[in-house]
Amino acid sequence: MRIRPVGAHALLLDCDDADQVEAWRAELWRRRAAGDLAAVDIVPAAVTVLLDGVPDPEPTAARIAGWQPGDTDATADTAEVRVPTEYDGADLPTVAGHWGVDVPTVVDRLRRTEFRVAFCGFAPGFAYLAGLPPELAVPRLTTPRTRVPAGSVALAGPYAGIYPAVSPGGWLLVGRTGMTLFDVRADPPARLTPGTRVRLVPAS
Amino acid sequence: MIEVLRAGALTTVQDQGRPGWAHLGVPRSGALDPAALRLANRLVGNPEHAAGLEITVTGCVLRLTRAVTVALTGAPADVRVEHPPRTGSTASGRVRRPGDVGRPLSLPAGAVLRIGPAHVGVRTWLAVSGGIAVEPVLGSRSTDTLSGLGPPPLRDGDRLPLGPPTGPPPVDLVIARPVPTDLRLVVRPGPRRDWFAPDAFDRLRRAAYTVGTDSNRVGARLAGAALPRAVAGELPSEGLVLGAVQVPPDGQPLVFLADHPTTGGYPVIGVVDDVTPLAQARPGTTVRFHGPQR
Repeated sequence: MRIRPVGAHALLLDCDDADQVEAWRAELWRRRAAGDLAAVDIVPAAVTVLLDGVPDPEPTAARIAGWQPGDTDATADTAEVRVPTEYDGADLPTVAGHWGVDVPTVVDRLRRTEFRVAFCGFAPGFAYLAGLPPELAVPRLTTPRTRVPAGSVALAGPYAGIYPAVSPGGWLLVGRTGMTLFDVRADPPARLTPGTRVRLVPAS
Repeated sequence: MIEVLRAGALTTVQDQGRPGWAHLGVPRSGALDPAALRLANRLVGNPEHAAGLEITVTGCVLRLTRAVTVALTGAPADVRVEHPPRTGSTASGRVRRPGDVGRPLSLPAGAVLRIGPAHVGVRTWLAVSGGIAVEPVLGSRSTDTLSGLGPPPLRDGDRLPLGPPTGPPPVDLVIARPVPTDLRLVVRPGPRRDWFAPDAFDRLRRAAYTVGTDSNRVGARLAGAALPRAVAGELPSEGLVLGAVQVPPDGQPLVFLADHPTTGGYPVIGVVDDVTPLAQARPGTTVRFHGPQR
């Protein structure tokens, strides 16, 4: 892990892999809750964790360099969110083509995968779900759809994701869910927060 | 209550934004010049975090259904007030008087406030005593033009509730900061400076850039010397900060403003210390960067 300065009030932890991101994300959230660390936002992403709104970035970076993140298993005991999924996405045959299998096998792999929210981005409550092996990564559509319905379950790169609201999008659609993923009145407003374990269970 | 008689090109409710939710993909949003809105709030006796309006370029026309104090900060514009005669006044017919940016204006119930086009700059902030009391979303009343959180941009005929007035103003006049036509912004090295050619950061600080017409609350697009990459390929998505100078494949930098996305996949070469001058940068404005090497 390497710590990079980001302007006058932020730091970027450049990690070796997604597991290290999750370990640092959990460690930094824990330290902030305990009052050990001041940061307005702690934002995990694919291979980085951003600390934004840090009053004293240089001494903070020095302190973080002396910390050891806990084991990622620390988050393994958090509740699993089971997302009821209707596997009827328009791009299932495309995914099957990329994976070199038939559509039922795609569905079977997805329903058996234990996903974990690697990070959120793109839109409020949009969770990037890690858990598929890297060789099953799929490209995005070359021409994104102008309108993807809310609740669409989709794949892009090594991630699965669920559109919390209607939006344009280039991910390959594999199914849909009726679950509400983002509700500003809920606490937390996102159903799938970083670190959450997720299963895309068949709806019927 | 505020009745929107003419909403203008883009008038939005803004306060100090909703930082602290970036890990859920929620942008910070908030006034593009938060200090200017805080100042307007102080002029009318509001707490600094009260919601006001951010008015873009063309101005707007509002009717205030109750007696209020209002104040404008930011881009200078002609301000006109029209209202029925006050009780006890000998005037007949409606009273018309000019207002001013940077000075509180006391308005009787039923007054119409006409804010004209910005003379220079882009955005003017309006505070109304009591603050705009639309329902907060995740602790903020700001319109986020990227994610759609918060109230939608104002439309003709909208009615906005006001909160109870909170107290006498602590200041009664501010000296308007002149809106610069040439911007000089402090930029510090960003996290992915090493993704660019060795001289790219120097090039950013030597060249003059021009603000593009497709700039908005999400970011200021700049045109000028291209910043060539040293590392090809895609950067995995990573967290973005306010002021991040992101460089897409065409090499033309984009400076992120309040409604910026929480993560992005293009490398960030630098970070601007204070982006608020960009809130007033019209297309064609010249921007120069300076700042520390490390």
